[in-house]
Amino acid sequence: MSQGKTVVIDYQAGNLNSVCKALRAVGADVHVTDEPNALLDAARIVLPGVGHFASTGCLLTSGIGEALRKRVANGIPFLGICVGLQWLFAGSTEAPETPGLGVFPGMCERFPFSVKSPHVGWNSLETAKESRLLAGLEDSPYVYFTHSYRAPLIKDTTTVTNYGGEFSAVIEQANWMAVQFHPEKSGIVGLKILENFLKVSAC
Amino acid sequence: MLTRRILACLDVSAGRVVKGVQFVDLIDAGDPAALAVRHAAGGADEIVFLDITATHEKRSLLLDAVRRAADRIFIPLTVGGGIRTLEDAMQVFDAGADKVSINSAALDRPELITEIGSRFGEQAVVVAIDGRRHSNSVESAEVYVSGGRKPTGLSVLAWAAEAEARGAGEILLTSMDSDGTRAGFDCELTAMVSSKVQIPVIASGGAGNVHHFAEVFSRGQADAALAASIFHFGISDARTLKHELAVLGLPMRLPC
Repeated sequence: MSQGKTVVIDYQAGNLNSVCKALRAVGADVHVTDEPNALLDAARIVLPGVGHFASTGCLLTSGIGEALRKRVANGIPFLGICVGLQWLFAGSTEAPETPGLGVFPGMCERFPFSVKSPHVGWNSLETAKESRLLAGLEDSPYVYFTHSYRAPLIKDTTTVTNYGGEFSAVIEQANWMAVQFHPEKSGIVGLKILENFLKVSAC
Repeated sequence: MLTRRILACLDVSAGRVVKGVQFVDLIDAGDPAALAVRHAAGGADEIVFLDITATHEKRSLLLDAVRRAADRIFIPLTVGGGIRTLEDAMQVFDAGADKVSINSAALDRPELITEIGSRFGEQAVVVAIDGRRHSNSVESAEVYVSGGRKPTGLSVLAWAAEAEARGAGEILLTSMDSDGTRAGFDCELTAMVSSKVQIPVIASGGAGNVHHFAEVFSRGQADAALAASIFHFGISDARTLKHELAVLGLPMRLPC
């Protein structure tokens, strides 16, 4: 369906199987890499994440962060998932010594103690503004979350979820797109979101 | 709003689905991958494979089933049974599981919880606890291993708290008293653990009808509930169950 390579960045944090399988299921030509140079011929780039924020440290030291900034500035669509969303912020209180990429302003913080943490399970997405990733889905679809830290609301937040208060569930700023939940584990809704990402044309 | 979850659990032996009542009298009921797909399509929120007679020789049959299931379902897949080392866990993750459930190996060597958690993330580690009461008092519940045959001397509450402290992502709590009875979950035991830990608790053992699920979600404060035999022989699918629970006022993922 989609043209060109979908490059999935491997930063040795957890398990990439599910993301790769789901992307392939919606027609992506998936290539996994931990090399900055491998981003050069990517048509789109995905940064999954199921680990600790500290594990993103190698993305800056290896040069992936810088290579990614250039590619996305040149029009390549990017999708960050879970920690891959949080990494786009200035940082996270989970690992204060590890800076994020800083595309979005603010810090990710732990859920308040008034709710159980991690936030695990299916929660609904509430639209804040028009979203390319959620195009064609019904209102308030359920998706699968598993995380202890959450991103603040920013001007590019297109979708919020409520758990101990509202947090950013989907953020879209030009070619930078990110979701806090796991589309690869969110059934038909999640596959539709990945399919929408593959259809996003560079801007 | 965060929904309560219904997990479809398949007991697997030598790569085939079986279902035991009180862990004996097993009946072969099919291919795990095919059943996983059926449950996912039927509205289950997650799928769990428990390898109940995990032996080294038969391990490849389980891994093959995990691989085939993971290719076809896009909801969380947990695999438990026979995971004794980080290497065992890696094999299961490589085959496509999202979480592992560990039980007696975590009791033998609690560091295993931390080892798997730091490699694959805490969300990927489910600690399964089999508890049995010694009296009416819920505090008397003791942790058992070997399919509920061997007492450990540990209280359910103390072990749940330790598992959490070592980095478990969720607790799968099975009441040995209720398991197989189809007379309802042990809501008191579930509530005791769920109110004590910050991580989600999955209730297991005793599901017989929709009201049992409603009770364990309300009175038992369970975040999720495991269903096994209730689905296998066409009593209900997860969608029907969840519709009925939604009518009773519980937040459910619907449509699904």
